[in-house]
Amino acid sequence: MRIQVSLHTPVRHPENSGSSPIDPYVQLVSPDGVRTPDPLYDRWIEDIDGARLQELYIDMAVIRRIDTEATALQRQGELGLWPPLLGQEAAQIGSVRSLRSSDFVFPSYRENGVAYCRGVKVRDLMRVWRGNAGAGWDPYQVNMAPTQVIIGAQALHAAGYAMGITRDGTDDAVISYFGDGATSQGDVSEAMVFAASFNSPVVFFCSNNQWAISEPVALQAQVPIANRAPGFGIPSIRVDGNDVLAVMAATREALDRARSGNGPTFIEAVTYRMGPHTTADDPTRYRDSAELDQWRRKDPLSRLQALLASMGLFSDEFAAEAGRRADDVAAELRAACLGMPDPLPADVFAHVYSEPHSWLDRQQEQYSRYLSGFAGEENR
Amino acid sequence: MTSMTFGRAINAGLRRAMEQDPRVLIMGEDVGKLGGVFRITDGLQKDFGPLRVVDTPLAESGIMGTAVGLAFRGYRPVVEIQFDGFIYPAFDQIVSQVAKMHYRTRGAVKLPLTIRVPFGGGIGSPEHHSESPEAYFTHTSGLRVISVSNPQDAYTMIQQAIASDDPVLYFEPKRRYHVKGEVDEAAAPQLPMGTARVLNEGSDVTLVAYGPLVPTARDAAVAASDEGVSVEVIDLRSLAPIDFATVEASVRKTGRLVITHEAAQSGGLGAEIAASITERCFDYLEHAPVRVTGFDIPYPASRLESHHLPDLDRILDGVDCAMDRPSSLAGVVSGSAAS
Ligand SMILES: Cc1ncc(C[n+]2csc(CCOP(=O)(O)OP(=O)(O)O)c2C)c(N)n1
Repeated sequence: MRIQVSLHTPVRHPENSGSSPIDPYVQLVSPDGVRTPDPLYDRWIEDIDGARLQELYIDMAVIRRIDTEATALQRQGELGLWPPLLGQEAAQIGSVRSLRSSDFVFPSYRENGVAYCRGVKVRDLMRVWRGNAGAGWDPYQVNMAPTQVIIGAQALHAAGYAMGITRDGTDDAVISYFGDGATSQGDVSEAMVFAASFNSPVVFFCSNNQWAISEPVALQAQVPIANRAPGFGIPSIRVDGNDVLAVMAATREALDRARSGNGPTFIEAVTYRMGPHTTADDPTRYRDSAELDQWRRKDPLSRLQALLASMGLFSDEFAAEAGRRADDVAAELRAACLGMPDPLPADVFAHVYSEPHSWLDRQQEQYSRYLSGFAGEENR
Repeated sequence: MTSMTFGRAINAGLRRAMEQDPRVLIMGEDVGKLGGVFRITDGLQKDFGPLRVVDTPLAESGIMGTAVGLAFRGYRPVVEIQFDGFIYPAFDQIVSQVAKMHYRTRGAVKLPLTIRVPFGGGIGSPEHHSESPEAYFTHTSGLRVISVSNPQDAYTMIQQAIASDDPVLYFEPKRRYHVKGEVDEAAAPQLPMGTARVLNEGSDVTLVAYGPLVPTARDAAVAASDEGVSVEVIDLRSLAPIDFATVEASVRKTGRLVITHEAAQSGGLGAEIAASITERCFDYLEHAPVRVTGFDIPYPASRLESHHLPDLDRILDGVDCAMDRPSSLAGVVSGSAAS
């Protein structure tokens, strides 16, 4: 017996029951690309016409290409690490394309597609993963916090930022991204307590990609993760995270609730991490290939491609155009990465404090004296 | 004697402890099927089953707090914290609960908990993956803190830690996991857990190191001897308590002390060692104790870490300072020639 706690009764789509039983979720496009009507959620995406659908496809193609290129660069020793988002394109695009530029994003480390769509320059994106800087971009320029490695910490930051919005009296909103594993952390539960208590305009967006490194989602939650939020007084929605329209509908509904003063929403986007956890991970140690094959058939890009094709909108020219856009970004990304100068020794001491600090000043002075002892030698 | 890597030696030590005591269990993120992200627990779940090697939910406070409960119930949990930077969510449980339970209950409750922490930098990781948080824990009474530097100690001391009725933080220098060494699995432990080891004898300077910097300190001693300076290297091994008797005996002989660690300088272990040794053998010191450490900065991005981490040259520079030779530290440390 599952407790029915979702705000709406989601529609079960039989074609989505894979090897593991999938609990009901909102789906607007089937895995073979058939648009399936939904009485509750269709209204949120009425304005998405053919041209907008094509744009969403291009977005997804571009971020998939960023992923492939970055993975290749890591293999070539140009990046320290890369966390692939392969398979999670619809979850990232459907949500980020629902935001206004004045909304604020608190991501994890995997929302590199989200960052790209927020306007983060690929050069700034690469800076982090190459190991040149802790954070690559100015958060206030794109209204997006830096990548977060501490699992779940950003959910609290989102809740606090949302408290600030309420005080300021604007109708902006905040979205916080985290994984299924993160929902086990105290920080995520505490964030929900704060958001509910202060009725804050925050969207908790859980990308349930089924795995937390080697740990399956069943180790984090015995009922659908979306069921947890109602216990905190937060309405939740479970959506097919590989269906860009369903993700968009759910996010828009949640944002609308936030903007109209009705508080937080929790979204569980059911998706799949098709690649390794990071380029340092070997998923063959813990996950079987049959599972991967199963999810390949639900690929978010081929699904949208099929829908576009059925509408007569996936011509050779369009495919070529999408490919060209992805190629351009990939080339830019590679060039930015290869041309990036190494940071300077003085950068070690920069920005630890905003005002002078005697301990550090002394250490910096001493270290520069030390370095000057090597003047004339190479490789220091 | 078997030649094995550092990582493998810990694995073998864990295996031995589990074989000998059915109450020993391992818990942490990804420690089961994956064998941990560093593969330190590789194969243990297969052999001991999922009740003895437990993949936990992704929650460090949860891991530590439930380990406290298991210890209450008579188990001896060995907890893996995946990376140094992820110990902080468990900090509250460690300092407020783990460290104090025995004291509060006037000895009635024992917490034989071993907390394994891969720590330190030098592997080009992203942020939060290269921290040296040991001083937070040496500052907390009720905890024992050790840091191993070679496969033999890794093998022996993990068993000593597990056998201890006190909670032990066991810091593993992750950049040395793949270094090989000889391990005698049959021999009885050479030294008790709380003792330091003199690695090579010298007469001019005492150089104290632990964990990841021990091999660098040894290299520095070799390089210094080429320049005519005889360096005695001490591997501290135990960070709380510190075996001051061993350090003191050495400093009485050499009259000069250099301490090196990756952690930030201010409020760090180097300060504790400098102060304690000054108290104990002020009259024997020919020079103020010298610290060669990481800077007082958040661990920098990976392409800057070579500047932050003490290396051979920086340690030699510190040795020069202690020897009253020209050094970049001259004037920074009082008592040096140029000051
Ligand atoms: C506090 C903390 N503990 C452990 C880790 C190590 N770690 C990094 S990613 C990860 C798995 C995260 O899984 P999930 O939240 O499901 O997100 P996903 O990677 O699947 O997107 C773990 C255990 C960490 N980064 N932070």
